[in-house]
Amino acid sequence: MTTTAETDVAATPKRFNINFGALIMEGRALVALLVIIAIFALMNDNYLSSGNLATIAKDVAFNAIIALGMLLVILKGGIDLSVGSTVGLTGAVAGNLFQGVSLPLTDAVMYPSLWVIVVLAVGVGMLVGWVNGILISRLNLAPFIVTLGMLYVGRGLTQVLLGGTNITNELRGQEGLNNEGLFTIFASSPLGVPISAWVMVALAVVFSILLTRTPFGRWLYATGSNERAAELSGVPVKRVKTRVYIFTGMCAGMVGILQIANIRSATADLGSLYELNAIAAVVIGGAALSGGRGTVRGTIIGAFVIGFLTNGLVIVGVSPFWQTVITGAVIILAVAMDQIQQIIQRRRADARAVAQVRRESQQQEDEEAAEEPLKSEGQKVH
Amino acid sequence: MPAGQPNGLENTPGSGGSGEVVLRAVNVSKTYGVTRALKGVNFEVRRGEVTVLFGENGAGKSTLMKILSGVEQPTAGHLELDGEVIELMSTTDAVARGISIIHQELNLNPNLKVRDNIFLGREIMSIRGIDFAEQSRITRQMMQRLEEPISPDTYVQDLRVGQQQIVEIARALSTDARILIMDEPTSALSTTEVHVLFKIIRELKRQNVAIVYISHHLEEAIEIADRAVVFRDGELVAKEDAGDINLPWVVRTMVGREADYDFREEPRHYGDVVLSIQDVSVYDPVSEKFPVEHVSLDVREGEIVCLYGLMGAGRTELMETLAGRDKVAGGRIMLDGTDIAGTNVSERIERGMGLVPEDRQRDGLIKLQSVGKNLSLAGLSWWVRNGLLQRVAETLRVREQITDIGIKTAGPDAPITSLSGGNAQKVVIGKILLTDPRVLLLDEPTRGVDVGAKGEIFSLIFKQARQGLAVLFVTSDVGEALTASHRIVVMSRGHLVTEFDPRRATREEVMAAAEDSAPPLLSTDAPRAQVTNGADA
Repeated sequence: MTTTAETDVAATPKRFNINFGALIMEGRALVALLVIIAIFALMNDNYLSSGNLATIAKDVAFNAIIALGMLLVILKGGIDLSVGSTVGLTGAVAGNLFQGVSLPLTDAVMYPSLWVIVVLAVGVGMLVGWVNGILISRLNLAPFIVTLGMLYVGRGLTQVLLGGTNITNELRGQEGLNNEGLFTIFASSPLGVPISAWVMVALAVVFSILLTRTPFGRWLYATGSNERAAELSGVPVKRVKTRVYIFTGMCAGMVGILQIANIRSATADLGSLYELNAIAAVVIGGAALSGGRGTVRGTIIGAFVIGFLTNGLVIVGVSPFWQTVITGAVIILAVAMDQIQQIIQRRRADARAVAQVRRESQQQEDEEAAEEPLKSEGQKVH
Repeated sequence: MPAGQPNGLENTPGSGGSGEVVLRAVNVSKTYGVTRALKGVNFEVRRGEVTVLFGENGAGKSTLMKILSGVEQPTAGHLELDGEVIELMSTTDAVARGISIIHQELNLNPNLKVRDNIFLGREIMSIRGIDFAEQSRITRQMMQRLEEPISPDTYVQDLRVGQQQIVEIARALSTDARILIMDEPTSALSTTEVHVLFKIIRELKRQNVAIVYISHHLEEAIEIADRAVVFRDGELVAKEDAGDINLPWVVRTMVGREADYDFREEPRHYGDVVLSIQDVSVYDPVSEKFPVEHVSLDVREGEIVCLYGLMGAGRTELMETLAGRDKVAGGRIMLDGTDIAGTNVSERIERGMGLVPEDRQRDGLIKLQSVGKNLSLAGLSWWVRNGLLQRVAETLRVREQITDIGIKTAGPDAPITSLSGGNAQKVVIGKILLTDPRVLLLDEPTRGVDVGAKGEIFSLIFKQARQGLAVLFVTSDVGEALTASHRIVVMSRGHLVTEFDPRRATREEVMAAAEDSAPPLLSTDAPRAQVTNGADA
């Protein structure tokens, strides 16, 4: 998070160390990414083909968009397990809107236009997030439990809305109803890059600005690091907490729309386990689950690590069962490395402190000895 | 180390029985980051004796207790138990060697029975599982020993706090503790319960248990002491036998060399009343008590009012209520003539009143952020244009503030954890000052701050007051109450009891007013400590 304002700070050695440390931490994920790419590229020629890269980009984008929302929640020190269900729910809501809404008390069926559908679907995602946020910030419920419950509620509602069948044909829209274009817009590839990747890039930029250039970003980092101190500094802690869940809901809603366009169907299991991939991306990107630490850049890299790894394992023909094992191991490894690094840093700091104390007491003893050479009761330093 | 320290404490090994040193800390130092909490302390605990630790907050008492009880390990130096060098890696380690600690906050599980609490983690097992009968038998025995008829089957939540304290002691004794550390054991006890506790302590002494005792109630502590040691700024500065100590000596030694600041003769130019606390009471739903009752106080522009009192007098509760964290149970808080009782913390900061909290680590600092971001956090709205932070302007102002209030740091980007206690405290104060407040509330502003930095912090506060800031600060240090305020208001048991002019009051007077532990007559009809807006000369 170096900025123009901060780079002109006199480069003291201390500051240099810190940025260096941060660099290594984010750099580690980047190194892992490059290693993964190199290994699979050597094993299979098709890995870096433009077709496969487009596939990876799409998968990475879906995960990254969710992960960006998840980053905000994790920065606050929370967790959102309901995002996968929210993806499914928004997809189902959109599907139903494409089918048309029978207005009560009349025979009329309303067909909202495409953009109305998109806004409503994303709105439903935000609404789910708002409910999560209110329950967590106002009633002080544990984020894990609230969003776990919402995971069930969201998935159940998806199934209710779909009534056991997928919505597929209606998604195409009908001429005259002004609801055509889902596929041509939300499954397009401007300049050869999938639209979802563009959305990811746009969101990454917006979230970066949000985190580093707005009071909300500062409030979020402060709340995640020390909620009590943040509150006493006038940070509207409850509002911050509610808002992050609205953001995850929004991200999930956007992925819901992009996914039904991508697979051309609104299905009941759409978005299953997305929450776990998103959490993994955030954590691999160097964020602390305890809150207050993490960056947009790291999260995007984390999503790429998972995307390139999963795709590579498929493409070199590793059995699906082993794929899951390996992915899980990589996640644990990422977190373990982070922890090990922190332990090493702490040990070093302790060792420095010990050395300092020893030096000083030695010095003091020498002085005392010099002052009173005959003083006998001075205790030995061990 | 100051001269004139008694030197008759050298252990005579092998003397046996009472008075023999059982536990010894040799040259123990502890460092937290850049903070030196303990500096080469040598300390002894003797069998069958009560060793009382005196010292202000942050003097190093608790750190030493944490080391003795295995919670923390010394950065340098070592411990000796019965003359043998030991290393305590955990509390379990310490308990296994017969060292138990009773914490200020009771560590009991209220939903379990007395018996189950006492044997928690050390259950007596038989072939059929836990041997409850045996546990009950031993518990009953312990209670007899402590002369407190508490049934082993009572749930801890049904006991009075004093009785819970006794259960804690029983638990410690049931581990065959030879050394018992008591950290503020009386803070929640009534006068009668204190007497019971003291009787138990005397009994334990007869049974050759060594006791280490910490309390802020100095007179109580003097009463029970066999030996006294005084800590100041991480050093053990004095050791005396109980026969040779009295209250003035303890206070004098605790405070140490008179602070090198004295603002008594500062000119006093007060403006209008900015903050008017009118008949404010605070209710604590956890203890179901009123920690603050019918408090009224006015603070004027440019005036520095010191709220002096012991821990537990309701000072922190009053400050947190003023800051907006706790709700007002009754009364009004007038800021510039408007009642702000219904507003929250951020609204109060916007209106010009902010708190520098008592516990800097827990409530003051954002540890994962830089010095600069800590400083600007409360006043961010100053640098927002079109929803975005103007970071150049922000950094400029932050640098200015670092220079203005003399924070010693590598720069705005240095991590906040790299600062010493005094400088970190200046950051917390500087943060609130950047919101351009009318009233500054400070709760123990010099806690855990070395003597030199104390003076700097008060000069900073007086400088702000000269520019019209109204200041209300809490302290339990009489010295700073007398030398660094315009007016001293004494708080005791939730009431403002009296007030002093620091130019005329004596240390003893002020302390006596706060120590007065007579309970208020009838809580509903308590004498309302209406502190007058004493017109100063």
